[in-house]
Amino acid sequence: MSRIAKAFAKGRPALVTFVTGGDPEPGATAAILDALVEGGADVIELGMPFTDPMADGPAIQAANLRSLGAGTKTADIFAIAAAFRARHAEVPLVLMGYANPMTVRGPEWFAAECARAGVDGVICVDIPSEEDGELGPALRAAGVDLIRLATPTTDDARLPAVLAGSGGFLYYVSVAGITGKQQAALASIEQAVARLKAGTDLPVAVGFGVRTPEQAAAIAAHADGVVVGSALVDLVAQHGTEAAGPVKELTAALSQAIRESRKAPA
Amino acid sequence: MTATSPNSFRTQPDERGHFGQFGGRYVAETLMPLILDLEKEYRAAKADPAFKAEFDDLMEHYVGRPSPLYFAPRLTEHFRALAPAGKGPKIYFKREELNHTGAHKINNCIGQILLAIRMGKTRIIAETGAGQHGVATATVCARFGLPCVIYMGALDVERQKPNVFRMKLLGAEVVPVESGARTLKDAMNDALRDWVANVHDTFYIIGTAAGPHPYPELVRDFQSVIGTETRAQILKAEGRLPDLLIAAVGGGSNAIGLFHPFLDDAEVAMIGVEAAGYGIDSGQHAASLTGGKPGILHGNKTYLLQDEDGQITEAHSISAGLDYPGIGPEHSWLHEIKRVRYVPVTDSEALEAFQLCCQLEGIIPALESAHALAALPLATSELDEDKIIVVNVSGRGDKDIFTVAQHLGFEL
Repeated sequence: MSRIAKAFAKGRPALVTFVTGGDPEPGATAAILDALVEGGADVIELGMPFTDPMADGPAIQAANLRSLGAGTKTADIFAIAAAFRARHAEVPLVLMGYANPMTVRGPEWFAAECARAGVDGVICVDIPSEEDGELGPALRAAGVDLIRLATPTTDDARLPAVLAGSGGFLYYVSVAGITGKQQAALASIEQAVARLKAGTDLPVAVGFGVRTPEQAAAIAAHADGVVVGSALVDLVAQHGTEAAGPVKELTAALSQAIRESRKAPA
Repeated sequence: MTATSPNSFRTQPDERGHFGQFGGRYVAETLMPLILDLEKEYRAAKADPAFKAEFDDLMEHYVGRPSPLYFAPRLTEHFRALAPAGKGPKIYFKREELNHTGAHKINNCIGQILLAIRMGKTRIIAETGAGQHGVATATVCARFGLPCVIYMGALDVERQKPNVFRMKLLGAEVVPVESGARTLKDAMNDALRDWVANVHDTFYIIGTAAGPHPYPELVRDFQSVIGTETRAQILKAEGRLPDLLIAAVGGGSNAIGLFHPFLDDAEVAMIGVEAAGYGIDSGQHAASLTGGKPGILHGNKTYLLQDEDGQITEAHSISAGLDYPGIGPEHSWLHEIKRVRYVPVTDSEALEAFQLCCQLEGIIPALESAHALAALPLATSELDEDKIIVVNVSGRGDKDIFTVAQHLGFEL
């Protein structure tokens, strides 16, 4: 069983957390990732910074700029990943980012680096299933899961194409929009998760606009996992190199809320 | 792929939107269903005589087409005098600057807003750099009564105040974009962010022959009116096809519009002019083909200015309309198969050509078009007297007089 599969097989919903790598500087990320693990995150998404993050809202846009401004290189992201794997043998690590930094040296190079650094999965925002050849075959050959996104606009006719070749978990983007903005109505999330789960055995994690333990718990009542990103990135923006403490605190609160979500009637 | 010439250069893109290795659909999943819808709707519109009739009618009575093909006698004489004996061809201008709103941009906006209406969309968004595409979009939105939001880099809002005011007069909301370098690339990012959040009712009128498939194809098709007219006009004037076409290339919609109807005429050579800013070696330019390499941005694979990690680097050009780190994917393909020759022209070469055109022909060209004119010294020295060149004067330069005045040391 892969690390990602194990993280979703704990008999409770998983907490998936996102931070941007190299924010506010490459040297600060290790402590923030450790804080996520200590706070109880089940899956870690590490954002690869990009100059043009067009699917992201203001919080993660700013994080990308802070990271690049501090001189973060792709080599730094892989060094951060490899060091994380050395410290945490069992916690799944997923790289999330945009197509150009991932493909610029060729997909085989990127997939090999992921495998070498102990990266379990990759989420690429701007490579839909129609362009799978750009990255998918190389990742699958290297044993790295390509994690796809499904959205409110992904209808039943389209869903099989999105699922083909995808692995790890299915990331349901609960709102048509950018990261960190409004949250979708709970009823629509419940309905969507049921629809997606009818089409796949992969765990379904729900993200975009989830900021508080209460919101996370409400979603966890219906999904296999909850993704929190912008709220954590905001803490990094606020506390900079001292962000590990506040990040651990919020992660612990999210984790506890998710663990308790299935005990009470939703 | 590049070893043998295809039977036709005019059958691209393939059904998945690729021009050779370029083009494609690199967008977030949220947008994918919409893009597929747009393609289906575009195929239906193309086959619908009523769509073509409405487009043609607006082109004639609203845009003022056909735009003239004009023989430029004094510029021809000027370069003939400078050229080696027997060289110095005839120079014609395709006068796109005489269109309503002052540039070729309106051709595409008319086509896209008709598509938006066909698709039942009720809100229009667009990005703009210098403001020409923003003005053209605001214009068609006023004409058809649709609300219009224009994303424009905050820096460009400062630099292009007259066009910001024009858009507002036309009823558009202009949103200054504060992210990134606050120019065209960032405006496009924010337009994409708006679109992804409003897919249910919003149509994105992309301003150039770039972006995810089918945009590069449909923008090219709407702009091909330029080349189709030129073909008929030069046959009437000279009884034969031109020997060389010249057009400026930012995203490349005016160039592909002129070139595409001639791509299968082997005797017609083509030059696309890229903005070389302060010079390619300075690193401060917008010449994606000369100084970039293939990558993925804004929905398509194409040549991009980028560093070794794939981070996009800032473009520079005196012309805000060419100040973009990418280029339309069909140009990347035409470059690789060598059907079109792409040459860089610096800010100062463009400024010189700008003044020459004003003084010798009484035409104030846009700084974008001045880049095309700046290829004439090279082209006229190579071609014989009896040859024919057509330059696309894609826009008028009224919008640029402040920039030019500043560079020439005039206080306005």
